[in-house]
Amino acid sequence: MTIISPVVLIALIATVAYLSQISSNKVRTIAVLDESGLIKDTFKDSETTKYIYLKNIDLEAAKVLVKAQEDYGLLHIEKSLDVNYLENHVKFYSEDSPSLSVVTSLENKVEKSLTDIKLQQVGVDLDKIESAKIEVSIVQENFSGEKTSKVESIIKLAFGGAAGYLLFMFIIIYGNMIMRSVIEEKTSRVIEVIISSVKPMQLMLGKIIGTSLAGITQIIIWIILGGLLTALVGFVFGIDMSQTPQQQVIQQSILDQQLNGQVTTILTGFYHLPLTNLIIAFVLFFIAGYLLYSSMYAAIGAAVDNETDTQQFVFPILMPLILSVYIGFFTVIEDPHGTVSTIFSFIPLTSPVVMLMRIPFGVPIWQQLLSLLLLVGSFLLTVWFAAKIYRVGILMYGKKPTYKELIKWIKY
Amino acid sequence: MHNILEAHTISKKFGDFTALNQVSIEVPKGSIFGLLGPNGAGKTTLIRIINQITMPDSGHVILDGEPLKNHHIQDIGYLPEERGLYKSMKVGEQALYLAQLKGLSKAEAKKRLLYWFDRLDIGDWWNKKIQELSKGMAQKIQFVVTVLHEPKLLIFDEPFSGFDPINANLIKDEILRLRDNGATVIFSTHRMESVEELCDHIALIHKSNKILDGKLTEVKRKFKTNAYEIGIKTDNIPALHQELTQKFEVSPAQFKTIDEQLKLNVKIGDQDNSNDLLQYLTTKGQVSHFVELLPSTNDIFIKAIQNNS
Repeated sequence: MTIISPVVLIALIATVAYLSQISSNKVRTIAVLDESGLIKDTFKDSETTKYIYLKNIDLEAAKVLVKAQEDYGLLHIEKSLDVNYLENHVKFYSEDSPSLSVVTSLENKVEKSLTDIKLQQVGVDLDKIESAKIEVSIVQENFSGEKTSKVESIIKLAFGGAAGYLLFMFIIIYGNMIMRSVIEEKTSRVIEVIISSVKPMQLMLGKIIGTSLAGITQIIIWIILGGLLTALVGFVFGIDMSQTPQQQVIQQSILDQQLNGQVTTILTGFYHLPLTNLIIAFVLFFIAGYLLYSSMYAAIGAAVDNETDTQQFVFPILMPLILSVYIGFFTVIEDPHGTVSTIFSFIPLTSPVVMLMRIPFGVPIWQQLLSLLLLVGSFLLTVWFAAKIYRVGILMYGKKPTYKELIKWIKY
Repeated sequence: MHNILEAHTISKKFGDFTALNQVSIEVPKGSIFGLLGPNGAGKTTLIRIINQITMPDSGHVILDGEPLKNHHIQDIGYLPEERGLYKSMKVGEQALYLAQLKGLSKAEAKKRLLYWFDRLDIGDWWNKKIQELSKGMAQKIQFVVTVLHEPKLLIFDEPFSGFDPINANLIKDEILRLRDNGATVIFSTHRMESVEELCDHIALIHKSNKILDGKLTEVKRKFKTNAYEIGIKTDNIPALHQELTQKFEVSPAQFKTIDEQLKLNVKIGDQDNSNDLLQYLTTKGQVSHFVELLPSTNDIFIKAIQNNS
């Protein structure tokens, strides 16, 4: 499974990319019947769409013709010179319902030429409008004189978001794995044999460390295998998997930024990231945050007999975790150094994720250290409590404990 | 005799519940020691304290002359009552892992495992998963894993549950052989017939207290009733019955004989000699049956608990 699942996933993505590439390679032919004569040069052939202008033919005949030629569809503009009337009297006929992108693109084109005509009709000089257009791009600079930009903020956000989200996913997936493996030892009754050889505390910590190392190995396999296979598939089949429509939009917007004379800002954006700080903080907060949560998962596994009983205990753990991701993606983006973000980057249960998202925006070292200190402190405390629950819980069978009983176990 | 294990005034409470109250036991080296008691008496808690799974609230344990320490886990082999193995792991891998937890090197563990697997005729199970084995088969693996590191002290909690009679016998013989090779065995059970066969020392725990302990023969002597089971051939059975009833405390006895005869359990005084009874009986008829009634462990168990409560 460790190796097969990445392979299968990449094969799936490659197949989808390949199929969508085939379908998008097909050239559509759209027939245009313009009885008004207003829209002349609006439609230009592109890589994926070809336009044919029909002339001296009535609508019914045109429909029959288009259907016979198996064209994609027929755009019909009624015979009228009144632009306001035409607004609602442009029709598109096709065999199947047309794709949304085609219709939107047609709408935009017709709209543009009709607007221009209308403007001319009311006596506005188009050239003047064109020359009156102003595009503002605010140059951001901090007080020490380093240029910053919107792009840079996006890069920071991406880094912080990726780090926080990775930790979040890692905790959920591998925390659960720890919990399940504790439950498995209980249900198979192997636990008493094991703890007559090792201390419960050793067993619990060993389980947490072992599972996380397995998790990291799996991630590394994903990255290496994923990278290799993507490159291989791209090389052999000529499929560019990075070119999904959404990414094209993003790339387009970045390109726009570049055209606005900000080519260098992207590069400087990377340079301005506190990279050393980011990497060190990521490692420390990742380890401490993961250990904090996984020791709680281990305690839950020890407290219950089967997985269905875990719900009531897992929920209170998931709450702060989900909260921290929400705070990260809403509050930190809005104001990385605001009160809410700052407070939650100190509270131990939310601090790993929130702090990781804040750090790319520059957090004073003392804040990072204080937060880390609180986190490690609460981790040690949690491990101590978890170990107590674990020690008692692994030898308890047959009943689902209440919170009150868990507290009693801690006192044993 | 040197004691391999001494537990001194062990107490353990779980919340308001007292699991053990000032319990002391002494286990002589080379003995088979029966730790007896009804369910919930505190046997398992005591065993877990010896295995350092739970810590006592007060009292201490001496193992082979030293206070119990972490490294002693290598000197103890423990087969818990609640036992099992990792279901999806292969038999061989799992046994190697558990042996290494007890401090054996991998090579040594493998050598000994092959010996034991061969001995118990389970060599071809090495690559099977536990979930493919039957419960009795898994118990055999569990037994091997318990004794593999050749501990000084073996603790078996209800070892025969889950075995069919043939395999139970096999395991019983292995336990005796391990004892002969120098190991001491603590044997926790509430099944008395196995105690009778195996144990030479016992301790009885009831409601968190030890109510009885010592050598099995001595315990039996303490509980003996001075009663004899007799069978006499005589012409006039009712007359003799009448006479004996006046002289002694008697009750009807049941055992199989070829001829019709008077069968009774006769109880004599503590100071009386059994020879006197026999001599007296020989004057009354032909004695075909004369057996001292020894209390079974089961009787002792029930009687001790009744006396206590």
